[in-house]
Amino acid sequence: MGKWTRRAFLTTGTLVGGGLIVGVAIRPGHRTPKLAGLVEKDGETLVNARVKILPDNSIRVIVPHAEMGQGVHTVLPMMLADEMDADWKTVSMEQAPADDQYASKDIVREFAMPSQAPGMVEDTLNGVFLKIAQKMSLQITGGSFSVRGTGTWSMRVAGAAARELLIDAAAEEWQVPLNEIRAENSYLFHDKSNKSEPFIAFAKAAAGKQGPTQPKLKTPDQFKIMGKHVERFDIPAKVDGSAVFGVDIELPGMKYACVKSAPVFGNTVSSIDSVAAEKMAGFIKLVNLSSGIGVIADTYWQAKKALDKVKVTYTEGDSKRASSESMFEQFGKSMDAAIADGNEEDDFKIGNARKVLANSKRVIEAEYRVPHLAHATMEPMNCTAWAHDGQLEIWAGLQNPLGIRNLLAEEFEFERDHIVINNVYLGGGFGRRAMDDYPVQGAKLALALPGVPVKMIWSREEDTQQDFYRPAVMSRLKASLGDNGMPDAWENQFVDKHEPVEAPTIPYAVENQYIHYTNSPTHIRFGPWRSVDHTQHAFFTESFIDELAAEAGINPYQYRYDLLSHDLRARKVLETAATMSNWGKPLPDGWGQGIALHRSLNTIVAEVVDLDMSSGKPRVAKVYCAADPGYAMSSDGFKAQMESGIIYGLTAALYGEINIKDGAVVESNFHNYKMLRMNDAPTIEVEIINSGDRSLGGGGEPGTPPIAPALTNAIFAITGKRVRQLPVSKHL
Amino acid sequence: MLEITVNDVVHQLDVEPDTPLLWVVRDELKLKGTKFGCGMAQCGACTVHLDGVPIRSCVTPISSVSGRSITTIEGIGEPSEAKQVAKLHVVQQAWIEEQVPQCGYCQSGQIMSAVALLEKNSQPTDADIDQAMAGNVCRCGMYGRIRTAIHSASAKLANEIILTPLDKQPSEVSANATTAEGS
Repeated sequence: MGKWTRRAFLTTGTLVGGGLIVGVAIRPGHRTPKLAGLVEKDGETLVNARVKILPDNSIRVIVPHAEMGQGVHTVLPMMLADEMDADWKTVSMEQAPADDQYASKDIVREFAMPSQAPGMVEDTLNGVFLKIAQKMSLQITGGSFSVRGTGTWSMRVAGAAARELLIDAAAEEWQVPLNEIRAENSYLFHDKSNKSEPFIAFAKAAAGKQGPTQPKLKTPDQFKIMGKHVERFDIPAKVDGSAVFGVDIELPGMKYACVKSAPVFGNTVSSIDSVAAEKMAGFIKLVNLSSGIGVIADTYWQAKKALDKVKVTYTEGDSKRASSESMFEQFGKSMDAAIADGNEEDDFKIGNARKVLANSKRVIEAEYRVPHLAHATMEPMNCTAWAHDGQLEIWAGLQNPLGIRNLLAEEFEFERDHIVINNVYLGGGFGRRAMDDYPVQGAKLALALPGVPVKMIWSREEDTQQDFYRPAVMSRLKASLGDNGMPDAWENQFVDKHEPVEAPTIPYAVENQYIHYTNSPTHIRFGPWRSVDHTQHAFFTESFIDELAAEAGINPYQYRYDLLSHDLRARKVLETAATMSNWGKPLPDGWGQGIALHRSLNTIVAEVVDLDMSSGKPRVAKVYCAADPGYAMSSDGFKAQMESGIIYGLTAALYGEINIKDGAVVESNFHNYKMLRMNDAPTIEVEIINSGDRSLGGGGEPGTPPIAPALTNAIFAITGKRVRQLPVSKHL
Repeated sequence: MLEITVNDVVHQLDVEPDTPLLWVVRDELKLKGTKFGCGMAQCGACTVHLDGVPIRSCVTPISSVSGRSITTIEGIGEPSEAKQVAKLHVVQQAWIEEQVPQCGYCQSGQIMSAVALLEKNSQPTDADIDQAMAGNVCRCGMYGRIRTAIHSASAKLANEIILTPLDKQPSEVSANATTAEGS
C-alpha cells in the first residue's frame, strides 16, 4: 500500500476490507496516452477513454460491447451523452477495438461486489478494476450487464467527468467561477456575461487536466435522454441489407471453408479418406481439426460438396452409450446417493427445513426436469481468419473478443499484439457467441493456408449439433404447509450447479429453506443460454409455488402476494402484472390465466399469460409483462428486450428440446428443432417500473425466466394438469 | 454460362449449375443483404423475389432461375437521383418507425416476405400476415413489431392512394383506405 498515491489510498481505503484490490490504482489521466494512439484520429481530441469530441463539435462515444440486437450501441451513448449534456442529434458511436484498455472492468466489479461501489470512489475504482479485468481478459457482452455495469459505472461517470473537465477549462478561459457555467446541447454558457462556446473550443484544454475524483451524476428528474425512446443507431443498416455481420466479411482472394465435427462430444478424428473430396471442383485443402475436419475450397458451395465426400472415422468412448434417458436416470441416482450418503452440497439454508418437513402433516412433493437446449442464433457460427505478415487477424461476431484474443495467442503461440480481432454485428448471441470453439476453428483453417483469408461458415446442422447447450436440470421439490396454507418449509434438491449462484432462490418469505445440489456431470458440453440457469430454476420454483397455492386452495396471485410482504418492490411488480392483465377476469370457455414472478440479473419480472386451450392445444393469446429494472435507460429498448426474452422463452417452453441418442445430438435443423413463428406469437404488453436508478438490473435476459411457468400455470388453471417437464408440446 | 437479372441488372455467370441462388447473390454478385440461415427452406432468412414471388434462395439452384428476374433486399427501394442511394421502400420505413430489428439477421428475409405480401394484398388481415410470414423465423422474437409495421406500411400505402386526385380515384379504394386508417 505504501506505493499508492495519496488519492488512490484515500479512495480505495474504504474497499480494502473486501480484499479484492490488487495492483496499483491508476488515475484517469494516466490512461489516455496509450488509448489515444488507438482511437484518436487527426483533428480529434480524446477527452477520456469513452468519448471523443470531433472538430465539428459532434460527439463520438466509444462503446466496449458487441451489438447483438440488444441496443447497446445506442443506450450506452445515451447514458454518456445525457451526463455530458451533449446534443443528441450530433452523437454517434464506434465500437471499441479489442484492446486490453477496454476490458470490461465493470463486469469484474459487479461480480466481485455487486452494488457495493460507493459513488465517491468512482474513478479510482475504475482504474483498479481495470487492472483486475486485464488479468482476467474480459471484454464480455453478457450477463445482462452492459447498461447496469458499463453504463452506470463507466459511461455515466465518463460523461459527467467530461462535462466537468470542459467546465473547468472554460472557467479558466473565461475567468469566471465554475458554478456559473452551465452545459447544454454541447455548448457551455456563462449567462451573466452572455458568453457561449461549443464544447470543442475547450476540448484541448480539458484533455490536459486531471479528471475529477467524483463527477456528479444526474438524478432521474434531470435526465434529458436517459429513459426516453430513442431510435437505435444500428437499425437503418439492418433494414436495407447493408449491416455487416461476421458472415458478410469480404476480403481479397478469400476462400471458403466448411467443417464437420465429431457427432459425439469428446471424440477425435482417427482416420480420414479424402480421395473423392480432392477430386471435387474448387477443392483446395483438407484440414484435420482433431475434433473434426474442415475443407477449404474456392466457393462455399464447393467446400460444402467436397466436405460431404470426405469419409471420417472417430475414436469412440463410453459416451457413445449416453442418451437423454440415461442422463436423467444418472441424475436421479446421483441425487438419491447424495441424500443417502449425506453428501448434499448446500446452496442456501435458513431455519431447519428437514425437521419441519419431517414433522409436518401436509407435505407436497414434485419432481421437475428440463432438457438441453440449443441457442439457434439466426446467423450460424462463422469466422473469417487471415494469417499474414506475422499476425493472425480474425473477423467474427464475438461476445468475448479479448478472451478469444488471449486464447488464440496461447493456443497458436502468437504474441498477443499479433492477434487482431475485428468484432462485427452478431446475428444473435444469447450466450452462444461467448464461446471460443468457432474462432479457434477459423484460426486453424487460416493457419493451414497462410497468406490467404479463409471464411468458415457452419451449416445449420453443425450449429445445432455442436452447441454449448443450456444444461438439462432436474429438481426435486418438497414443501410443507402450515394451518393457514402458507409454506413453512421448502426443500429443493437439484442437479447440477451452474451460474449464477442465486438462480434457484425464491423471493418468498418461507421460514425454513434448504436448497442443495448434487453434481452429476455428463459429456454434453454446456454454456450460458439467455439468463443462464434462471430459466430452468424459475420454471421449477414458480411452478411449485403454484402447486402449493392450489393445494392450499388460495388464488395463485394472492398466494404469492401474501408471501412478499417483506419485498415491496417484488410485490409491486406482481401487482402491476395482475392489474395489467385484469387478473381473474371472465374468460371464454377453455381459456385461463397463469402468473409467474422471477428476479434475475437484478431485474424483477412478473408475467401473466392469457391462454386459449379451447382447441385442446395451447395457444398463448397474450402476455402481460411488468418489469422493474431500477431504471430502464432506453424505454423502448427495454420493452423490446422483454418482448424478445418472452418469445425466446416461449419457444423453449412450447417446443425446445435437444435429445441425446448414442452420445450425439438428435436434432439438426429448424424442421426438428422447432421455433415459434408469427402464427403462434402472442401479443405482448410491457409495463416498466422505474423504482430507482442507483441499482440497475439487466434487460437482455430477465424477460425469459418467468414465461415457461406462467404458461404451464395457465395450463393447470384450465385443465388441472400440472406440466412438470418441458417442452409442453411433448409433455402435455 | 448462365444469365440472370438481379435488381434490374443483367449478369452472365460461370458457376456450377447446382449452386444455390443464395450463394451466387452473396458471393458472386456481392449482395450480402440476403442471409444464410438453414439451407433447407425452414427459416426464410434467404428470401428473395423471383419475378415478384418470394422464394427461398438457399434451395433454389441457379440453373433453375436462368433468364429470370430476381429482386433482393438491395433492390426494393426506389432509386433516388438526389441521394445516389435507393430511397427506402415503405416497408423498410415502417420497419425503422416501429424499431423492428434486434440482431437484424433475419430482417432482409422478413422484409422481402412483407413486401411480397403487400404487393399481392395491400390490406392484409392478421390472418393474412400469419400465413405470409410464418415461413420467416425471427429468433429475437420481434413478431409483434413486424405485424405492427406491416399494418402501418399498409395504411401508408392506402394513404398514398388517397393522395391521388379525387377524380382519378375509384370510390371503393377510398372506402378501404378509410377502414385501414381507422383500424
